[in-house]
Amino acid sequence: MSLTTPDAQTLTFLQKVALLSGIAGLFIMLLAAFNIHFPNRALFLALSLGLIALGTIVFARQMYLKKSEGIKNDGVWFKSISSRGLIGWLTGVVITGFYIVLYFYPQYLGLATANGANTGLISLFDPLSIILNGKPASQWFVYGTLYTLAILIFGYKFMLKYRHNRYQQLRTVSVMFFQLGFAFLIPEFMARLNESPDYNLPYYDLKSIWPLNYYLFDSWSIKGFLSSGSLGLSLLIFGILSIFVISPILTYKYGKRWYCSWVCGCGALAETVGDPFRHLSSKKLSAWKIERWLIHTVLVFSVIMTTAIIYTYLGNDPNQYWLTRQTFLFSVGGFLTVLFVVVMLFKRHEFGKDAWYGAIGYFTVIAALFILYYSGTTDHVFLIKSSTLRTAYGLYIGSIFSGVIGTGFYPILGNRVWCRFGCPMAAILGFQQRLFSKFRISTNGGQCISCGNCSTYCEMGIDVRAYAQKGENIVRSSCVGCGICAAVCPRGVLKLENGSLKGRVTSNERLPGNAVDLMTLIHEK
Amino acid sequence: MEDIVIIGNGISGVTAARHIRKICNQFPNIPNKTITIISSETDYFFSRTALMYVYMGHMTFEQTQPYEKWFWEKNNIGLKKGRVTHIETDRKTLILDDGSEMPFDKLIIATGSKPNRFGWPGQDLKGVMGLYHKQDLDNLESYAPNNRVCKRAVVVGGGLIGIELAEMLNSRHIPVTFLVREDSFWNAVLPDGESAMINRHIRNHHIDLRLGSNLKEIKADENGKVRSVIIAETGEEIACDVVGLTAGVSPNIDFIRSSAIETNRGVKVNRFLETNIQDIYAIGDCAEQHEAIGNRKPVEAVWYTGRMMGETVAQTICGNRMAYDPGHWFNSAKFFDIEYQTYGWVFAKPGTHEKHFHWKHSDDTKCITVSYNSLTREFLGINTFGIRMRHEVFNRWLNEKRDVDYVMTHLSEANFDSEFFARYELEILSAFNNQLQSV
Repeated sequence: MSLTTPDAQTLTFLQKVALLSGIAGLFIMLLAAFNIHFPNRALFLALSLGLIALGTIVFARQMYLKKSEGIKNDGVWFKSISSRGLIGWLTGVVITGFYIVLYFYPQYLGLATANGANTGLISLFDPLSIILNGKPASQWFVYGTLYTLAILIFGYKFMLKYRHNRYQQLRTVSVMFFQLGFAFLIPEFMARLNESPDYNLPYYDLKSIWPLNYYLFDSWSIKGFLSSGSLGLSLLIFGILSIFVISPILTYKYGKRWYCSWVCGCGALAETVGDPFRHLSSKKLSAWKIERWLIHTVLVFSVIMTTAIIYTYLGNDPNQYWLTRQTFLFSVGGFLTVLFVVVMLFKRHEFGKDAWYGAIGYFTVIAALFILYYSGTTDHVFLIKSSTLRTAYGLYIGSIFSGVIGTGFYPILGNRVWCRFGCPMAAILGFQQRLFSKFRISTNGGQCISCGNCSTYCEMGIDVRAYAQKGENIVRSSCVGCGICAAVCPRGVLKLENGSLKGRVTSNERLPGNAVDLMTLIHEK
Repeated sequence: MEDIVIIGNGISGVTAARHIRKICNQFPNIPNKTITIISSETDYFFSRTALMYVYMGHMTFEQTQPYEKWFWEKNNIGLKKGRVTHIETDRKTLILDDGSEMPFDKLIIATGSKPNRFGWPGQDLKGVMGLYHKQDLDNLESYAPNNRVCKRAVVVGGGLIGIELAEMLNSRHIPVTFLVREDSFWNAVLPDGESAMINRHIRNHHIDLRLGSNLKEIKADENGKVRSVIIAETGEEIACDVVGLTAGVSPNIDFIRSSAIETNRGVKVNRFLETNIQDIYAIGDCAEQHEAIGNRKPVEAVWYTGRMMGETVAQTICGNRMAYDPGHWFNSAKFFDIEYQTYGWVFAKPGTHEKHFHWKHSDDTKCITVSYNSLTREFLGINTFGIRMRHEVFNRWLNEKRDVDYVMTHLSEANFDSEFFARYELEILSAFNNQLQSV
């Protein structure tokens, strides 16, 4: 590359002001983190969040509203932040560092020690926390507030970027709504209920479904639900229905996108804050192989871990639960067996040789159940305490994989690292999407010119072009239905659709306007 | 073992190679073949149509390559970097520029196109380039990296490549003067209403569009680099650092003219894509049909026709002699932010008994033109701008010879826009019905 940068675009005056505003907002937080005492914390918190929001909004408006409506990817690979340049790496390091402190050293953020008051950054958020849930802030409240703010302001930016595209706008409004309402406000209000002795609700984000919400079936969580009257019970039932009824039906009708890119909080962050990094996902075949092993291993791990946890507390207090250990293990085993048999009977041909991998996963879980049954006299599973299993899952998957790597590495590995390589919920929905969903991405006959914009901008690392240039529909378990491939296609080749299951997976060797029908030729010979 | 050699690693040659290998793998009774692709342009196949996105920073060059490196080894397709300088048809041997020889049993010529240069004074100066090869992109990167090095660029030629080059330069904030010979952009192909809409769209992007303007000469500075261009009509001199020559392409076959293979504009082939020499075939941009197929041109420089010829010749080479038989005409392009698709034939100037219905949205970025026979009312084709349409549906309607009234009332079936996009079928239909009443 030449020394002169291709991107000779300079910031407008307003953009410089906006940048200053954003930095000032962050600076207030930085000062708070270093224990500078603010006289009026409510005012300074409002000022800090307000300046960040204002800065982002003004900057984005200057960036997009001055240009015509259309695809705005000019210079993506030239900008340091979005091309793994110095700024990209620095951003990655800062976010990763933030997550490490958040998860493992919250005291550095000023989290109160026993009976003390919050200090530092967390104390800055106390006023807002007291308004919402009546208690001083925790590190999770700080995180939740910043997370929600980020989705709202970067969601706004994303909507300006795609203001010609109603699909993009609607799903962005949707994730902003679910984040603000379901993930942030409602749980805070539910926490208020706990001021009454009749309620002991766990922190519960209604849209966060097991196994993404891996602590749903933890002992404290279940006890909390069961000791919170009919509301608690309804929430628990809703949580279970979400897993076994609601999500399969919605995935059948719309594909896993209804969750991953319209509802989910992880998806929300990826699609808004993470949007400038979507092209950094690897499209190599090798990455796909790692992806399949990793994500399904996490799924198997989460199923075993959850089963072991439930198994343990069912045993600890045999009088408290009507479900016995034995019945529970047999029903889990029975459910998985029925699932496995049904899939093998009806969908075997769609699996091909991958059926073996499914079988390996199935038998791993069944074997674990057996070992649980025969070795698990107390709270031990394969000689490991089940609580240790749960702690390991929470640490390595819940914190390090989904948080530190999943978000911290946005500028390096792309914005859907967690969703693609780790999320067990995505694995289940993907399984449903691949086997029985009306959703597919249709390709438009012979119009593809193999340019590769679709593959480049696929955050899940799907080589969309490989399908489009053959005129094949894209039916992939990993596709989250963000719709960006269809948006960036310069020739109108891709369309996300819900249609009939029949003919969904096309292996189309005959494109319209084409004389050569290879499939027919093959059958003739 | 039969040695198949393909000259050119573009979409035509690569498709031929892929399909030959695929057929051989599927039918073990077909004699096995070695396949070698020769190219002097790049090591690996890339999508030529995506070069613009590399310059614009949307993609890296590696991302324009549809296949990873392992693909070629896995499919046992040999890639050789080199330039063929002569074909000895008697000895069935290629002579390469390093003096080496390469024998073949069957040869596929898939050398593509090269940009036209019409003998303009100064056309070989530094800073003057076409936009076709990877080398043109490298050239552009060095002469027009940003708007400090390149203070203005002049693009000559009002076709698809010209407007792409203008868009590319514009993405780096380089001022562009766009010289178009015709009095409206691409109006040899587009009907007036569409062409006029694109003129306005180009100007909305702050491109200095000069219609009805020809290049007279390119002037050099003391270093033999572009200094300015002179416009023929007005004599105006425009200072610039880069000149893009994008006045069409022609078959890239100069090295073949010295051989026994029959050439005209391109390599002459019959419907089976066979040249006058046995076991030598030509496909893609560089092939010229003895007789045009339907309304198509004898030389078709289109992405998908290259692909289809590759698929067809692969059949022939594997023993299933097959004629190249493209179906209904279709194509697509993108003009800055406006996507364009066409299915069937819509001519710029309607022929006898050909009638056009034109609808344009008030936002001036969407329009369609429907062409039909005024006597039989048979639907002949559609141009659509800013609205995506389904290829499969129009292909079927053209096969079924639907009349225009059917097409207009069923237009929503053909819509291919993303979910939740605004729909215009009712507005279009009512405009169509009003037009009928007023006639």
